[in-house]
Amino acid sequence: MSEHPLIKTNNLCVSFPIGKALFGPKLFVQAVAGISLEIARGSFFGLVGESGSGKTTFGRALLNAAPISDGHVEYKDDEVSYNLEHLTKAELKDYRKRAQLIFQDPYAALSPRMTVRDIIAEPLEVMGLTSSREETDARVRDIAEKCRLNLEHLRRFPHAFSGGQRQRISIARALVSNPKFVVADESVAALDVSIQADVLNLLKDLQNELGLTYLFISHDLSVVAHVCDQVAVMYLGRLVETAPTRELFSRPKHPYTKALLSAIPSLDPDHKSALQKLEGEIPSPLSPPPGCKFHTRCPYAIDICKKEEPLAEHVSDGHGVVCHRWKELAAMDSAV
Amino acid sequence: MTLLNVNNLTLEFKTDEGLITAVDNVSFNLAAGEVMGLVGESGSGKSVTAKSLMQLNPGNAVYGDQSKIVLHLDDGPVDVLSLKTAKEMQVVRGGAVSMIFQEPMASFAPAITIGDQMVEQLILHEKVTAAQAKKISIDMLDRVGISEADKRFDQYAFELSGGMRQRAMIAMALSTKPKLLIADEPTTALDVTIQAQVLELMKDLVAEFGMGIIFITHDLGVVAQTADKVAVMYLGELVEQGPVRDVIRNPAHPYTKGLLNALPKLEDLDLPLTPIPGDIPSPLERPSGCVFHTRCPEIISGRCNADIPVSVGIKDDHKASCFAIKDTGVLVA
Repeated sequence: MSEHPLIKTNNLCVSFPIGKALFGPKLFVQAVAGISLEIARGSFFGLVGESGSGKTTFGRALLNAAPISDGHVEYKDDEVSYNLEHLTKAELKDYRKRAQLIFQDPYAALSPRMTVRDIIAEPLEVMGLTSSREETDARVRDIAEKCRLNLEHLRRFPHAFSGGQRQRISIARALVSNPKFVVADESVAALDVSIQADVLNLLKDLQNELGLTYLFISHDLSVVAHVCDQVAVMYLGRLVETAPTRELFSRPKHPYTKALLSAIPSLDPDHKSALQKLEGEIPSPLSPPPGCKFHTRCPYAIDICKKEEPLAEHVSDGHGVVCHRWKELAAMDSAV
Repeated sequence: MTLLNVNNLTLEFKTDEGLITAVDNVSFNLAAGEVMGLVGESGSGKSVTAKSLMQLNPGNAVYGDQSKIVLHLDDGPVDVLSLKTAKEMQVVRGGAVSMIFQEPMASFAPAITIGDQMVEQLILHEKVTAAQAKKISIDMLDRVGISEADKRFDQYAFELSGGMRQRAMIAMALSTKPKLLIADEPTTALDVTIQAQVLELMKDLVAEFGMGIIFITHDLGVVAQTADKVAVMYLGELVEQGPVRDVIRNPAHPYTKGLLNALPKLEDLDLPLTPIPGDIPSPLERPSGCVFHTRCPEIISGRCNADIPVSVGIKDDHKASCFAIKDTGVLVA
């Protein structure tokens, strides 16, 4: 690819201290353990996995909101290029304007004591991006219109709004500083289906209009399938598979991806899932199993899976999988 | 055999802003061994309806004069709404009817072991000794797929993972052998893989115990995979009900159609997502006529905003309340 990706991570690790053994060294839990991936400019990049897989921590690390303990994160747009592991204060301030976050719960994310106008204007004021109140108001009105908010609503307080409207306010707040990169962390999970579709369509429209790049974190694969163009699947702090959306949903290679797909309840009452259901639960990151992290739940695990950690392998253009046996399993699939 | 009749259930809450109608003239039946999915957006009144079955709504709830909820138990029918004291209601609460809640962490007392909580309710409802109750509890934990059940019995809720907690919740709800189980969004807080396990378990348990289940959820996929019949609620009204296949394949009410269209489908990724326009209105400002007319794409002006539609039969037990549906002449009770 000729164009440089907007975000490039190389072996990114995030660990959190969890206290200290008596006389022993400090103990750490690795929430993100060596993730290398590229997020192309203008992409709607999906990140899926169960709770506890480290997807939120990864998203926060890309925003410089979680401590990067090892590895590199590179951000590069038309104007600047940063290494997130060592940002100066001035650079960090500038980066905050370029990378923003949309939260999951629109009920908790908005201050009940501020008007909608003040909520949306706050980032501009804190970052000092505007020089006068008129300018601030103009920018607030502009982004509110783009997020399909009624301008008369700007004077009201958040309690007067429904979930969908509140989420549109959070989106406006995130986008008011003209970011290039937006992390949407489970941004539609708290919404009803009828409203979820509306917010997803809005995110898509805003992407085309403002040239945004999204990292869309979600546990809902059917939502990801509809909006994202590239998807990465995480398990216990590691990537297990990454592929263009259609490729991933039509030809999944990793047993975990297959299990996730088959666990989605189908709308067809007579549909019987052909694939077996996953047993057990995700292990604790405090004591990850040796070898492939998925072997404790994998129906295809053999000896090598319990001993050696698999490496990322190339399947096709943009499709990578981390599994010892993916070739064998693919051959088995095509034989059936 | 009919297990539950709900007739003309109307429920209003007295608040400072006036009376709020939460449930409006809802009627449905449930047979033993049958699973009914109760679907709707937040604010549609599905939880309030389910809680009425055990009179669990807060003190400011006022039931309508015509409302009747009858549970058919072995000792004869029980008129739930006529029960007054907590003592009288013990037959229903935790006895004939059990409930599983959405948040398993919030449903267990944090400072009492899982085992003690299970034993407590068994002793309260069944004539058993503490030792027998412990044995029943451990058997039940084992039955819902919790490994090392005798060890888990002495643990606290925080020591279990989310899926395990929900299993323990189910074990607790089923240990008194209820006739009716109300499951209020039991899998919403769980991951898909765990959700699949819990749904599978609930299906097995229905087959084994033969109780009736009311399954409250907003996920039509979950309903399609578990329920025998569906009831769709909007703003306190039951707008459509029928066998699950009929409702999902041939939805009659514009709201049901809208819900299905808004759902992302894996079979066709090119299909655009169509939201239902607008938001669910505040219960303080209930629209006149058909409650859905403010968001309805098939609105007949002059009729939908003025008159209240009645339930019309479509096919067998499938019925919906909408003026846009042609009455097919099937008799509706």
